[in-house]
Amino acid sequence: MNSFFEIFLRAVFIENLALAYFLGMCTFLAVSKKISTTVGLGAAVILVEGLSVPINNIIYQGLLKEGALEWAGLGELDLSYLGLLSAIGVIAAMVQVLEMVLNKFFPSLYHSLGIYLPLLTVNCAILGASLFMMQREMTLGQSVAYGLGTGTGWAIAIIGLAGLREKMKFSDIPEGLEGLGITFVTAGIMSLAFMAISGINV
Amino acid sequence: MSASDTLTRPLLRENPVTFHVLGICSALAITNSLNSALIMSLALTCVLVLSNASISLIRKHLPGSVRIIIQITVIASAVTIVDELLSAFLPDVARTLSVYISLIVTNCIVLGRAEACAMSQPVRKAVLDAVGNGLGFSLVLISVAVIRELFGSGSLLGYQILELVSNGGWYQPNEMMLLPPSAFFIVAGLVWLNRTWYKEQVEKPDFKPASVEVDEIYSS
Repeated sequence: MNSFFEIFLRAVFIENLALAYFLGMCTFLAVSKKISTTVGLGAAVILVEGLSVPINNIIYQGLLKEGALEWAGLGELDLSYLGLLSAIGVIAAMVQVLEMVLNKFFPSLYHSLGIYLPLLTVNCAILGASLFMMQREMTLGQSVAYGLGTGTGWAIAIIGLAGLREKMKFSDIPEGLEGLGITFVTAGIMSLAFMAISGINV
Repeated sequence: MSASDTLTRPLLRENPVTFHVLGICSALAITNSLNSALIMSLALTCVLVLSNASISLIRKHLPGSVRIIIQITVIASAVTIVDELLSAFLPDVARTLSVYISLIVTNCIVLGRAEACAMSQPVRKAVLDAVGNGLGFSLVLISVAVIRELFGSGSLLGYQILELVSNGGWYQPNEMMLLPPSAFFIVAGLVWLNRTWYKEQVEKPDFKPASVEVDEIYSS
C-alpha cells in the first residue's frame, strides 16, 4: 500500500466493495435492471465516495484520532468512538448538499439520478469505505485514491451486473428463481470471476 | 395484526432478507463461520429493538422533514453502544467482524423497520416487530452459516463434525464454501425455496418466450 495508483487498483479490482466485501448489496441487486440507470448511479457513487472518504479522513485525523487534539491541549483525549456517528453525519449532509448543487447547476444529471441520490446515504458501500479508511489509518492522499477506487470498483460491478441482466431478460428461468434468485446467482458468478483477479499482487 | 402475527410473520412469509431484500450485505459477508453469524444476529437484534423502541417513543415529536437524519442518529448511537460493548467483552469476535458491526447503521432492515413500523406504532408493537424481524434475519444468517461452515471446514462452532482428510478422516472440505461467492448461491437457494413455498411471491417475468407445442411442429 504505497503509491496512490496501487491503492486505486487494489480498491477497484482486488478489494472490490460489491463483489468481495458485499457492501451496497441492496442497491446492487435492486437497481441493476437497466444499464442506463446504473451508469448514472455509478457516477453518483464515484462522486460521493471521492468526496466523503477524504472529508472523513480530515475529520478523523484532525479531530477524532487518539492524540489528535494535541493542539488544543487535550492530547490524552481519544474520540475515535465517535468515528461512526461523524462518518454517517458527513455522508448524510454531503448527499444533501450534493443534491442541492446538482439541482442548481446540473439539472439534467440531477433528474437522471432521481431517487438514487438521496438513497446513497444508506448505501453501505459509502459508509464502508469511510470505515475501512479509518481502520487502515490512511493519509489524506491515500484516502483520495481509495475513495475514487472504491467508487469506480462499485460502479464497474453494478454496470456489469446490469449488462448481464439485460442479456438474460429473454432466457427461460425456472419458476421461483426469476428476478431476485437468478440475480443472486449471477452476482455469485461475477464474484467468482473477480476472485481470479485477487491472486495478482500489485 | 395480532401480537403473535407481528412476531411470526417476518420469520418466513415476510422475511426481511428473502422477501424484502434488506440487509443482504451482512447476511453474505460474515457467514463463513457460525460463531460470527450468531454474534452478528444478536447484535442486529439488539440494535433493532433499541432503535425501534426509542424511535417509537419519540415518534409524535419528530417533524417529517428531518425524521430520516434523526432516525439515523438514533440508530448510529445504538450501534456505537453495541460496538463498544463487543470490543470490551469479546475483542476477538469484534476483530473478525471488523467494520460489519458498524455497518449495521446502514443495514436497511433497521431504517426500514423504523420507517415502516416504529414511526406509526406504539412501543409494545414496535418492540415485537423488532424482535420478529431480528429473528427472521437471524434465521437466514444462521442457516447460511451452518451450510458454509459445515461443508467448508467440516465443523460447527469450531467443533469438528466431519473428520477432514488432512486429519486422517474421510471428508474433503469444499473450500469454495469459505469464499464469498458461495454465500450468493446459498441465499439464491433460500430465496428459491421460500418462493416455492409461498407461490404468490414469485416475480412476473418481463418477457415470456413463446411456447410452441412439439406436436404442432411435426403436424405442419
